Amino acid sequence: MTSWLASISPPSRRDRWLQWCLRATAWVVGGILLFLLLFLLREAWPVLRDVGLMPLFDDPSWHPTEGRYNLLPMLAGTLYAAVGALLIAAPLGWACAAYAVYFAPRRLAAWLQKLIALAAGIPSVVYGLWGLVVLVPLIAAYQPPGASLIAAVLVLAVMILPTIILLTESALRSVPRELLHGAAALGLGQWGSLRRVVVPAARSGLLAAMVLAAARALGETMAVLMVAGNVVQFPATVWDPIRTLSANIALEMAYAMDHHRAALFASGLVLALLVIALMLMAACLHSPCPARESRRGRWA
Amino acid sequence: MVRAAQRNPSANSVSDRIAGKSLTLAALLVAALILWVVVDVLWQGAGRLSWEFVTTAPSDVGRAGGIAPMLVATMLILAVCLAAATPMAIATAIWLAEFAAAGRALRLSLDVLAGMPSIVFGLFGYVFFVHMLGLGFSILAGGLTLACMVLPVVTRACEESLRALPDGYRLGCAALGVSRAATLWRLQLPAAMPGLAVGIVLGIGRALAETAALLYTSGYVDRMPTSFSDSGRALSIHIFDMSMNVPGGDRGAYGTALVLLVMLIGINAVVFAISTWWSETRLEQA
Amino acid sequence: MNHYEQLVPLHAQSRPVVMDADSGRRDYIVTRALSMHYGERQVLRDISLQVAAGRITALIGPSGVGKSSLLACVNRLTDMLPGAHVNGELRVGGVDASHAATDVIALRRRVGMIFQKPNPFPLSIWNNLAFPLREHGVRAKSQLTEAITTALQEVGLWGEVKDRLHAAALSLSGGQQQRLCMARALALQPEALLMDEPCSALDPIAVGVVEELIARLRGRYTMLIVTHNLAQARRLADDVALLWPRDGAGELVEQGPAAHLFDSPRAAVTAAYLRSERI
Repeated sequence: MTSWLASISPPSRRDRWLQWCLRATAWVVGGILLFLLLFLLREAWPVLRDVGLMPLFDDPSWHPTEGRYNLLPMLAGTLYAAVGALLIAAPLGWACAAYAVYFAPRRLAAWLQKLIALAAGIPSVVYGLWGLVVLVPLIAAYQPPGASLIAAVLVLAVMILPTIILLTESALRSVPRELLHGAAALGLGQWGSLRRVVVPAARSGLLAAMVLAAARALGETMAVLMVAGNVVQFPATVWDPIRTLSANIALEMAYAMDHHRAALFASGLVLALLVIALMLMAACLHSPCPARESRRGRWA
Repeated sequence: MVRAAQRNPSANSVSDRIAGKSLTLAALLVAALILWVVVDVLWQGAGRLSWEFVTTAPSDVGRAGGIAPMLVATMLILAVCLAAATPMAIATAIWLAEFAAAGRALRLSLDVLAGMPSIVFGLFGYVFFVHMLGLGFSILAGGLTLACMVLPVVTRACEESLRALPDGYRLGCAALGVSRAATLWRLQLPAAMPGLAVGIVLGIGRALAETAALLYTSGYVDRMPTSFSDSGRALSIHIFDMSMNVPGGDRGAYGTALVLLVMLIGINAVVFAISTWWSETRLEQA
Repeated sequence: MNHYEQLVPLHAQSRPVVMDADSGRRDYIVTRALSMHYGERQVLRDISLQVAAGRITALIGPSGVGKSSLLACVNRLTDMLPGAHVNGELRVGGVDASHAATDVIALRRRVGMIFQKPNPFPLSIWNNLAFPLREHGVRAKSQLTEAITTALQEVGLWGEVKDRLHAAALSLSGGQQQRLCMARALALQPEALLMDEPCSALDPIAVGVVEELIARLRGRYTMLIVTHNLAQARRLADDVALLWPRDGAGELVEQGPAAHLFDSPRAAVTAAYLRSERI
């Protein structure tokens, strides 16, 4: 009597097979990050082993063919450009998102949304082209040479604006309406409810937007490569050219050999670790309560 | 909403007005900046654009002639990227949305991967695909590198769209003794199709826009590619090369940028149309 | 009801002739010492329920007591619920259904389920019925037509939809959608139907239609219906089982023929519950 039930029918065998395939794929996909870091480490290893970690930060200069591997000027250039871009883009992006969500007439908001979605899709090399052809000459006319930290900052700022705006908008939209009604009932005006109710409620989302944009700015290669001048130095003013870590890799990878090549991989690793730190920060900001994560059932 | 408070004449109205004005100003500034970039590309690119431009090979290192080989190379790279990334992304998305009880680590790894600088993917592709797998500077290597890069974006978008489906589909099918494979194939995937398409379009956008990851994987050669193991110069790399390395190449760069933008916008439209049609017809045949 | 032969072999083997040796009463669904946890939290404790074949058994009790969870145990839908663990014995149609190796697909084909909220698939009316039938091996058009027609007639929907079988199921009214879901379950020729408050999302007129339908199906299917509407339980049920929470988990307080339970409840809790609901 029980015999037919004990046997597994074809459909559930198909399910088992499906589940197995999905699990295998998920493992592969999840392994890519680990794989990527291991490869960077493997390729960077010669320089870490023979030269060590410290020279990457306290050698007198970056002359890799002569065995001097100081990454600091480029690390500084990377950070200056990213922080500068954030200082401009974050307030502007927050304001624009707040306008689109709370103040703009509906038609205008939809139009703005389309424009920002378009901007988010524009390739970074096109932003670089615009910076190179339009922005750099403008800056050069004021303060030569034009290709400079400020050019990098401005191009990056324009580039990360859509990211900040889109993420901020979704953070603002996730603020419950009841809170707003409550604020309105208390007689708070638009500005008051925005400042006292919406911003505190959406704060983690706003910060996460900034952190993710920072990661994008830190890692950007092409746009910066095209406008920053690419001189390895600590910039004295914003008008001085800089070189970022990513631009350095793009510039020198073509002919780098041996330890020089390994040093470039080490700089890639530094970049990757910086971004990982930022992404983990964003992840913590984004899900303050792990319980919120809905867990779907396993199927026996 | 807040707008209701607007009509209350109160002490708030002054700060409201100032805030409204300054936020409007910020939005205008943002819109102006974006329009500046877009109009600049349209304006300077339109002069270069012609039928000949997209159908002929470049001459005089790109100052004259067209971009046909780059168009073809870009399409081939994109094809490789999508062929590798789409099935993996959808499978992973299904796993995350339907089965993964312990998906936290996988999700976090995807989020981190999504934020990785593209030059890091370039380094990885250069070591792994170009050298270790011996693909050389090729369309295949470039496409696979891009696939790694777009995987997290596509996966998360697909996962979201699967999650957005009502639980009734899943439980209703289970209660009818329909296997999960059939539920997914006949009901959930077709119903989630528009969302999946959005994910894929996001991936296409990322892949088309990418430059840094291709520099050292698919290469620089501006000849017409004849196979997937040929090196091919993507449009984005062409823009970079023309503007940085070719004196007087700006016009060609702008023309190429315009083509790239039009492609990005066009692909969006086409895929949305297809996805709508597909989900309608598939659901009818289920 | 002898259409589509593909389904018959499954039936032929599984048609239950379940006879409880002691009482002579045929029980289709039997649970023994069944407990259920969601993660750490226990939701059902030590449930030993008997559902008589061919009769309507109403599962009553305060909301949140685990009535729906118990229903989900019977067709092993618990396998799909996050963090759900079930212990104890479950026999459906005379066979053990509580093993990991149990063929849940076959089990669920024999035990249909109707949900609280009508859940037609986003397909046409026709395909809502044809899709699960095809998955169970009914492919010939003539057999599909016969099965679908019969099922729609059985739930009294045929007259209303026969001219628009290819219209979207979601364009039907709530009551029609729920009857479509019942037809979808009946098309598979199940032996039992589990119904999770099938009327609670419907308007009063639709409730009447669906209740009438359930009453009409009496005797042909074993039905276990969750309701917290005592009047409905009185109208429909042959047998009643009362779940009551103790320390957060539902326990089976009393079960028996509806007339006995409603008129002379044995447990004090039952009496109190019936009284409170009447007020």
